[in-house]
Amino acid sequence: MKLVLKNGYVYDPANGIEGEKMDIFIEDGRIVEEVKGAKEIDCSGMVVMPGGVEIHSHIAGGKVNTARLMRPEDHLRNVAPRGRNTRSVCGYSTPSTFLTGYAYSRLGYTTAFTAALPPLMARHTHEELHDIPMLDKGALTVMGNNWLIMRYLSEGRIEHACAYAAWLLRATRGYAIKAVNPGGSEAWGWGRDVRSLDDRVPHFDITPREIIAGLMEINERLSLPHSVHLHPNNLGRVGNFSTTLETLELTKEVKPSRERQVLQLTHAQFHSYGGDSWKNFSSAAEEIAKAVNSSDRLVLDMGQVVFGDTTTMTADGPMEYYLSSLTGLKWANKDIELETAPGVTPFVYSEKSPVAGVQWAIGLELALLVEDPMRVMLTTDHPNGAPFFTYPKIISWLMSAKSREQVLQGLHSAAQKNTVLGSIDREYSLQEICCITRAAPAKSLGLDSKGHLGVGADADVAVYALDPEKVDPAREPEAVERAFSATAYTIKGGEVVVRDGEIVRVVTGRTLYVEAKVGEELEREIMRDVDYYFKRFYSVNLANYPVQDVYLTSPHAVKVDAGVR
Amino acid sequence: MKEVVLEPVSQPDCGLVAEVISCDVFAGRSIREIEELEVYAGNRRARLGEFFSVSGSAADSAEETRIVITGSVEKTKWIGRGMSAGEIVVEGSTGMYTGAWMKGGRITVKGDVDSFAGMMMSGGEIEVHGRAGDYLGCAYRGEWRGMRGGSIVVHGDAGTEAGHCLSGGRVTVMGRAESFAGVRMRSGLLVLGSAEPRVGAQMTGGSIVVLSPAELLPSFELVERVSSPEVEGVRFEGVFEVYAGDLAERNAKGRLYVKVE
Ligand SMILES: [Zn+2]
Repeated sequence: MKLVLKNGYVYDPANGIEGEKMDIFIEDGRIVEEVKGAKEIDCSGMVVMPGGVEIHSHIAGGKVNTARLMRPEDHLRNVAPRGRNTRSVCGYSTPSTFLTGYAYSRLGYTTAFTAALPPLMARHTHEELHDIPMLDKGALTVMGNNWLIMRYLSEGRIEHACAYAAWLLRATRGYAIKAVNPGGSEAWGWGRDVRSLDDRVPHFDITPREIIAGLMEINERLSLPHSVHLHPNNLGRVGNFSTTLETLELTKEVKPSRERQVLQLTHAQFHSYGGDSWKNFSSAAEEIAKAVNSSDRLVLDMGQVVFGDTTTMTADGPMEYYLSSLTGLKWANKDIELETAPGVTPFVYSEKSPVAGVQWAIGLELALLVEDPMRVMLTTDHPNGAPFFTYPKIISWLMSAKSREQVLQGLHSAAQKNTVLGSIDREYSLQEICCITRAAPAKSLGLDSKGHLGVGADADVAVYALDPEKVDPAREPEAVERAFSATAYTIKGGEVVVRDGEIVRVVTGRTLYVEAKVGEELEREIMRDVDYYFKRFYSVNLANYPVQDVYLTSPHAVKVDAGVR
Repeated sequence: MKEVVLEPVSQPDCGLVAEVISCDVFAGRSIREIEELEVYAGNRRARLGEFFSVSGSAADSAEETRIVITGSVEKTKWIGRGMSAGEIVVEGSTGMYTGAWMKGGRITVKGDVDSFAGMMMSGGEIEVHGRAGDYLGCAYRGEWRGMRGGSIVVHGDAGTEAGHCLSGGRVTVMGRAESFAGVRMRSGLLVLGSAEPRVGAQMTGGSIVVLSPAELLPSFELVERVSSPEVEGVRFEGVFEVYAGDLAERNAKGRLYVKVE
């Protein structure tokens, strides 16, 4: 299949191209130098960007399905019958698998990583990923409360911890190391939580500080493509920014093994809270942004809040319980044996609420105060801050101070008093939007062939009907929102899959995972412990635990060998 | 007012999904067009005219349109769904979801209604001369923000969970309401001739009036004894005990009136 995208305004920050009128050539699923006799698509007057890369979104796995079961009323908000190429779908904050694929593709996304894969839920998670069409996919494997990880780290057996982490990634077909409230979700098994980096995890001789530092060391020793992906302790708590800053400090001791950060602070908005009670709840985005600006070892994703009714779901059981006790709404706990303890509860972000107003402002402040757009990524922590359907609106806010001001005026006065958003006049350019939605997440994940349009890159492209010579995003936020809501064309693996916002072709993406090689003797040693843990504690047999390739759509292993023996 | 008469010809064994039986849909349509309206008999797409013989004529507006169903249609679901104006009179009984999401107008059922009548209603009136099934005036599955306006009156008894998650408006059951009437209610008024146990469980707001002695949950606390109180704008004759609850919930501000004399 050959294709030429003619005459579009091309945005490709990784290759230093900003809005140049040029042609993009595609052959056999790759971007190439030139092709002859190819089908032409006229992109004149339109924006051409690499396909979007979603780095943190809860789109598959045990708690996503728990949320679907728990919220039939959410299905009703968004229902579509079977179309010419699409299945019948439903759901807004808990969209069905098929809708997830279609909707991301309409937004111009071609790759998405599900944010938390508890190992014991790996088969189920991949079964759901299997049913998400249109996208290349991957999953971040949760390790921050894992018994064996905590045991090896507390005993100072770092090589064994590395070998076990590598085995977990392979067994779960996971792509990276994720940690959620390290130590806290384990403490939740005893009805407790951890509130500082130096609290001790019950029954394990270890602290959150030691877990986080240990995971970063494992990650760099194995030289994994992505860094540690961290949801720190104290999510959503008033004044939690000091815990976050202390956590970010830990990166100073870590030497990166690759040209990327050593830590991704995920859904940073939820971790940038000042004040000492809900009454004087305020933004600490400036402090967090300062830390990121002064260190090339850190990146963050926003975790933006958008007003409305959504579902929160994290592998942070104690936080979800706390939230549901604030709202009085239903909640579910999903304990995962030796691994983690997610929770789920609905939440309504109201414009009238002083807290929600400040939360909304913090996400935008973070994106606007971090200077380098390659260190920021657009996320809503879907669906925790808002469903990913809201991305076009967030893009329009980032590009227009006027539109932010309009929202700010309609909020509780706390949003103006307790944040600095109103005084920030920075407006994102299209190039910067391209960074935070494509180039930066691809770089953070170590995906060499994604997030750019250079020769050899995957032919994943989004074309938006937005003429940068005619539309001034600062003054016409509605036009920006409209253009980003549905692509003129989405091209996945060299094939046109969306035209004028409609799915014209359903494709099955690849599943990316990491195979990190470690020494055979080391692996035999850890397997003895794994074996014992399964016999002694797990409710399943070891043989029924690892994910086989048959669960994956077009499995694609990223192989690394950093010489851990 | 113009009248469209639907005479039941047959009812499928499985349910007939007929949300098209609504003054909003009939208004401005000819009898021929009404006959052609799409219904589902189970998963089979069909014409309304296959199940009803249609006569009379519809007005141009919903307000001026009355629909009369001349017999019992217990298998027909969603009658008057989302209706905003006009009137539906059913000479017999109806199936599930009668008047769900209703916004205005009036539905009178001379027989019984099956479960979920008036679900998520926000305005208008439903009157049932017979009895109602479970979940009268309830919230949609999973939803905690239920019916928020309008009025439902049932002359007979009602099944379980009448007024489930009630968030406004008024639901009256003149007969006996089975268990869990007013469960998770948040505001509005629920009036019951008599109530089976666990009335008002998990209520956090609004008022329930029970017109005969009732067995309450231990999480309701006697506040006072009053005579002929006015509750949510309605006066009730007699002597009532007033309870606060459900105190098993956080910040519960519900009131439960039980007639004792
Ligand atoms: Zn998340």
